[in-house]
Order: sequence, then structure tokens, then C-alpha cells
Amino acid sequence: MGFLPPLWSSRGTRLGASVALLFAASVFTAPAALAETPADTLVIANTIDDLKVLDPAESFEFSGGDVINNLYDKLIELDPKTLKMGPGLAKSWDVSEDGKTFTFKIDTSRKFASGNPVRAEDVVWSLQRVVKLDKTPSFILTQFGLTKDNVEDTVKKVDDETVSITVDRPYAPSFLYNALTADVASIVDEKLAMENASGDDMGNEWLKTHSAGAGPYTLRAWKPNESVIMEANENYPTVPAMKRVFVRHVPEPATQRLLLERGDIDIARNLTPEDIQAVENNDKLKVEDSPRGRIYYISGNQKMKELATPGVMQAIKYLIDYDGIANSFLKGQVVVNQQFLPIGFLGAIDDKPFKLDVEKAKKMLADAGYPDGFEVELLVRNAQDRLAVAQSVQNTLGQAGIKVNIKPATGSEVLSIYRARKAELTLEVWGPDYPDPNTNASVFAENPDNSDAAQLTGNLSWRNAYAAEATTKMAEDAVVEKDTDKRAKMYEEMQRIGNEKSPFVLMFQYQEQDGMQKNVEGFSTGGAVSSAFYKAVTKTTE
Amino acid sequence: MSVSQGAHDPASAEEEAAIAGTGLLPRIAGRFGKTLFSLFVTLFGLLLVTFAIARLVPLDPALAVVGPRATQAQYEAARKEMGLDQPIPVQFVNYLSDVVRGDFGRSNLTSRPVIDDVRDAFPATLELATLATLLGVLLGVPAGVVSAVNQGRWPDHVLRVVGLLGYSMPVFWLGLIALLIFYGQLGWVGGPGQLDVSYELSYELDVTAYTGSILIDSALSGAWDVFANALTHIALPVFVLGYFSLAYISRMTRSFMLEQLGQEYVTAARVKGVPEGRVIWVHALGNAMVPLITVIALSYAALLEGSVLTETVFAWPGLGLYITQALFAADLNAVLGGTVVIGVAFIVLNLLSDLLYTVVDPRAR
Repeated sequence: MGFLPPLWSSRGTRLGASVALLFAASVFTAPAALAETPADTLVIANTIDDLKVLDPAESFEFSGGDVINNLYDKLIELDPKTLKMGPGLAKSWDVSEDGKTFTFKIDTSRKFASGNPVRAEDVVWSLQRVVKLDKTPSFILTQFGLTKDNVEDTVKKVDDETVSITVDRPYAPSFLYNALTADVASIVDEKLAMENASGDDMGNEWLKTHSAGAGPYTLRAWKPNESVIMEANENYPTVPAMKRVFVRHVPEPATQRLLLERGDIDIARNLTPEDIQAVENNDKLKVEDSPRGRIYYISGNQKMKELATPGVMQAIKYLIDYDGIANSFLKGQVVVNQQFLPIGFLGAIDDKPFKLDVEKAKKMLADAGYPDGFEVELLVRNAQDRLAVAQSVQNTLGQAGIKVNIKPATGSEVLSIYRARKAELTLEVWGPDYPDPNTNASVFAENPDNSDAAQLTGNLSWRNAYAAEATTKMAEDAVVEKDTDKRAKMYEEMQRIGNEKSPFVLMFQYQEQDGMQKNVEGFSTGGAVSSAFYKAVTKTTE
Repeated sequence: MSVSQGAHDPASAEEEAAIAGTGLLPRIAGRFGKTLFSLFVTLFGLLLVTFAIARLVPLDPALAVVGPRATQAQYEAARKEMGLDQPIPVQFVNYLSDVVRGDFGRSNLTSRPVIDDVRDAFPATLELATLATLLGVLLGVPAGVVSAVNQGRWPDHVLRVVGLLGYSMPVFWLGLIALLIFYGQLGWVGGPGQLDVSYELSYELDVTAYTGSILIDSALSGAWDVFANALTHIALPVFVLGYFSLAYISRMTRSFMLEQLGQEYVTAARVKGVPEGRVIWVHALGNAMVPLITVIALSYAALLEGSVLTETVFAWPGLGLYITQALFAADLNAVLGGTVVIGVAFIVLNLLSDLLYTVVDPRAR
């Protein structure tokens, strides 16, 4: 140890050594055995940084849906496994002869998590509240003609067990029922919410961070960007097997995989294709695939001369390497879907009319007057998967002479440009808002007013200045078609017309691949139509 | 520490000349007043610049709140509610007057007051940064001294290579590799996050939140099992961050020590027969300590800013992750609030290192 400078006291040496030992000891005391999560607790790793509010009248984010779906019950509930409609807080429902008044029989034996009984008043108050608060998801109810001015008359209590909703046109009953399974139609405990209301906010501020529902779980704690803890609602008719659900924010997929492999979590929801491969090869773990509702698409703004020229957007539809992308860097995470309805929806079709065909596209571009192509900007969110798709698109469009300049931007920046009708090509993802085909038809195939002044900023057709002349009327008619088979046929036709005429290059439907412990059963992501369900989850112990 | 020719600090020398002859207490008071004043000026400047940048970047906080599906009317209503329809100078004055009253606004991302968010996130970062700096100083300073004393010989080379690795390895990569080995394969340490899930529940039940720091609170509450579990979770990120801090501190210590060891007073002390250990550890290091304090304070402050990458890999709910996510979500109240906290931390550390100067360097008194 001759290289060490002499220390000036031996006491110093000893002190230094013990400090070092202490630190080392703290590291080596950790358990070396594989951990296991508690038998009655479900532990999930997920990215939940988009979680903003937990008030069902306001929440509109994916992670918010995963929480609210378990905290609140609606009049009509979906079965976690089949995703078919069934009774929720309503025992039964019916529609009047003229098709405009819907009545719901309330199951008054049910109780909220607070212990308060579920009353007709709570149902009326909750639905009226959505319309009155007028937050983003309110359109799911207001599209039926409910307004701030008429909602006191259109949504009302008939007697202690009956509530009626009167709509402005004889809508297809399935349309309203589907809309009522959306989070925004959650039934809130009026007494509890109003005890915590401030001013005339109907409890909005308090409900952003608390729960007041009759769902299978209640909110125990939400630490933003950290975790959500839910506890089973003891007043729920069948108390869930998992007494606690613990969702931890783990932003890095590699970290999620490590946690899963170590047994510290039960489910990992954001694994990459490489991670999935490793999980599949691990005999303690399994992978479950679940097609989700999100649709990957590119749109062409019809305000841009080149993109509005007939034939150009059609040519672009032949310049995407659909299979190449779905089988390489997005393997397992998407399936090719060239229609605006995700598989799983009423009226969805599996037609795949387009494939990469550069020669055909070149000819179409030449016929359209652009034999040498043109230059165009592609607006894209700066997320890794989207940039990868953008680069593939840049490459394949380039083969036909279209020079694509990728413009990466943050999510909110993309939206600002897109909503202002100032994008050229846009690579985006669209998720359905409620499990009815109208949710996508109304934005991909319907544009009631294509003028700038109309400011229909939520409508994708409007954002791309696409008048949707061939399908707008059909979309309007489809929502009042009572015959469900006929209704499905109408959506099928709208999609086929869209394939020929719309400036939307529909590419993929998302598929979620969850890695989980082998003993986890009954977890549902909610598929294409809903959000996660935890109530049916069980964990078997060997 | 009577021999102090090597120290150089022109600012304090000037200051000493200016205030020569006055009593100690008024001098401290004067310094405190000055510091307080510079604190306000710095904070104001910080707020002004951050606010200006926040308003100039193409991020729309109102759009972030209402989301992609909102109608134009809902969007306009949100803009108005958030005061974004006002001219920017008016917005700034409104913001300032709220801040003066202790109201940093509400985060759009979490729907909670920014001050609550920061109160939750900062202790996590503080724990990490403090332990990492401690590690960096305890190992980095001796390593630097050993390097300097053995300049050009093998211990120097070894330590410099170790330091160089710390400089050049991406923290993200090192963090993942460390997790893979020590958590994934060996199981010696706890995984990502601050606690195991089972302990997280007992933390909720048994631990009183005195300070927000899991280590301190669980110790104060006597929940030693939680404390031990937290220790196994923090160990790895501390080692990763501490390694980077060590690399920096040891390199700087080495160069400051080399400078000191070449000074005449060192030769004089050796000639006078002062033991070599005393020459190195007391005389030379004592003088090298003055610039070293600045280096340590700066490296500590940099860690307090929150190491975003480390916090991402280790799912550590700290300030760096909070501010970054807020920025991506156009949550400008949160960005501004977080920036102020970091600004205050910098100023406080500056003040502390100023105070330490007066302890270490007699001329600064």
C-alpha cells in the first residue's frame, strides 16, 4: 500500500473504514430470493404520466379510462371478457314507440362505495352534470341533443326506480346504449360529491383527485407520475378477488421487464417487441395479445394543391409498406387495418385493398400530373415508434419521387398545427371515444361544414379540409337506422367509399401485448371498445 | 491552517479590503442582506426568462388541458379560464402576484397545486442527490489526493481511467446495466421505485410524513423494515449517480492538489520537517479545499436539478422527471414552479459555499 499517502491519524483510518463498511452492508442486506407480489394484490407497471384528472365528466386520457372504469359503474356495463353489454346500475332499459324516449330501471339495491344507496336522483344528477360542466368528453352525451338549457327536462327522474332520457331524433338505440357505456356516463355519488363541492363546480375540483362511484374499486391514493392504488369496494355485489390494485408508473420498458422477471409485478403493459420475445421464452411468464381501438393513419390536407389533386392521395395509399412495418419494428404491436373502424366494432370490415406498389403509384402520380413527384411536409409526434413509421413512409414515398420532409413536434404542437388546418401530411393515431361505429365515422367520413369559419376542430375530415361529400349524409342516416344489420351495412359501405375517395391513409390498428405472470387470469385491457377491467382478475397460487 | 499562500479568491480579497476594520456581526449582516437582495434579483430574472421561454415555445397549455377532441368553444373557454387570452406582460404580472402570495398555480398534468407536486417530488431528488454527493466526496476527494501524490505512476493511471469511464459512460446505460446485474441477476438490491409494493402499503400505514423523505420519515417513525427496504432501493441509483459525481470530484481534486503540491510553502513545510501526511492532508488539501468547495457545491446542485435519465431508469419520482414530463405536456405552471425550486436550491448552495469559504479560508473572514 505504498502508494497511499500517509494518513495523519490511525483513528481517521478506522472511521473511514467503518463508514465504507456500513455503506457496503446496506447494499448486501437485500433479499436475494425472487420476490412475489402479495396474493390478494394485483401489481401493474404502466406509463401513467398522461393521467390528469379522475373526474369521469372530464377525464379523456387512456390511463384515466383504466382507473375510472374500475371506480365507477354506468347504467350499462360491458362484460370484461366478452365486451358485450349487460346490466350495470340499470336492471333493464327500453325505448318508446317514437324512438326518442329511453327509460332505465335503476337497481336500487346497489350502494356506492361510501355506503350511500344508488338513487334515481344520482343517475339524473350525474348525466346532467356532464352536460352542465361541458368538459371535453361531454359531446358523447350532447350529440343526442342534450344541451345545458334542456337537460333538466330531457334527463329526468320518472319515479324512485326509473330515469328517462329524451333525445332530439329517433336515434338507433344501439347508438345511445353504446354511448352510455363510455366513462363519461359514469354514475357519481351525488351526496358525497356535493359535500365536497366548491362554488358551483358540482364537485369537479374534488373529483379530479378522489372517487365517488359504485364500481368494483375505490381510489386509495393517486401520486401523480408515481402510482395509483385502488382498494376493493366492499359494497360491490361480487367483491373482486384482488383486494388491492397497484399501478406503478414505470416509464422505461426495459425496467418493466426486469420487474416482471424478478416477480415484483404481475403485469407489464409497455413492453417492446424484444421484451415480448424474452417474456415468451420465460417459462414463468406469458404474453397476452389484445387488439385495441387505436387507429394509425396518415392524412393529406386538401388545402394543399398537390394533395387535393385527384389520384394523388390514392397513389400515396399504394406507397406504404404496410406488411413491412407491421412485421419489423412494430411487430406484435400493430395489425394491418386499412379501414376507419377497428376490428371489434359494429360494421368493421377486414378489406385490405392496398399494398406497397411503387410502379402503380408512379403511374397514378403521372396521370395526376406529377410524374416527378413533389415535395411535402410530414407532421409527426416525436415518439420513437411514430418517427420510425415516418422514416419508412419517407423512404417509400421517395421511391415514387415524393420528397417527404419529416417535421417532428411535441404532441400539443402537432395538435395546434393540425387543428388550425395548417398541416400537409400528418401521421397520427385516433382512438374511438365510445364503442359505437359513429365515433369514427363522424370524424373520418362526416363533415357537416367544410368552411374555415365552421371551426370543427375536433373533426378529422374538417382538419384536413375534406368535405366527405359522398359519406356525410350516410353517416348522418346511420345513427338513426334502427335495424342493426342495415346499420352495419351502411358503415361497411362508408369505409369502402373512403378507401376510394378519402385523404386518409389508414394503416394499422394497435395491438397491446402484455407480459404477465403465468398465474394471472382474467385481466382484460378492454379491447377495442373499453378500458382495463380488474374485477375479474384472479391469481392462482401453487 | 495558518499557512495559506496557495489560496486564491480575488472576490473575497476585494471584499475584505472594502470592509476592513468593521466588526464581524455587521459584516455577516451585510453579507446576508446582499445575499437576500441577490436572491430576489436572481429569482425574478429566473421567473422572467422561464416565463418568456414558456410563452414563446410553440406549446399550447390550453390545448393540453382540453385534449384533441375539444370543440373550439371548449378550447376558448379553457384559454380564458387559464388567463391565456390576456397580453403576455399582463399574464406575467398576474403570475408574479400569485407567486408572491405563495400560489404557484395548479398543474394541468396532475390537477394539483404545483407546490404540492414539488413538495412530493423534491425530497426524492434530495435524498438521491445528497447521498450521491456524499459518496462522491468521501471517495472522490481521497482518490484525487492519491492520484496527485502519485502523479504519473500506476495508481494515478488507474484512478484516472476509472474517472474517465465515469465521464464518458452514458448514465442511462450504466443505470440499466447496473439494474440488470445487481437487481435482475444477483438480487442484491431492490428494484426500480422507492419501495417494494408490499412495503409501499406498510409505508402508507406506519409512516408519518414528517419531511417527505422516505428514509428520514421511516426512521423517525421507527418503521425500520420500511427504512431497510428503502435503503436497498436507493443504493443502486446512489451508486450510479455517486460514480459520476466521484469522477468529477476526483479529477478536480487531483488538479487542485497538483497545483498546491508545486507551491513553495509545501517545500518549506517539508524542509521544516513537518510529517508528510500533515503536509498533504492538512496544508495542501486545506488550500485545495477552497476551490473544491465550489466544485462540490456545483455538482451537488446539478444533481438536485434531478437527473432525468437516472430517474427514468429507476422509476424514481423526482423533480427531474416531474419537470421533464411537465414540459412535454405543456404544463407551464409546473415547469415554472419546479424551476423556482431549483433556482432557490442553487442560491442556497451558493450561500452555503460562501459561508464555508469563511471557515476554510481565513482571508475571507
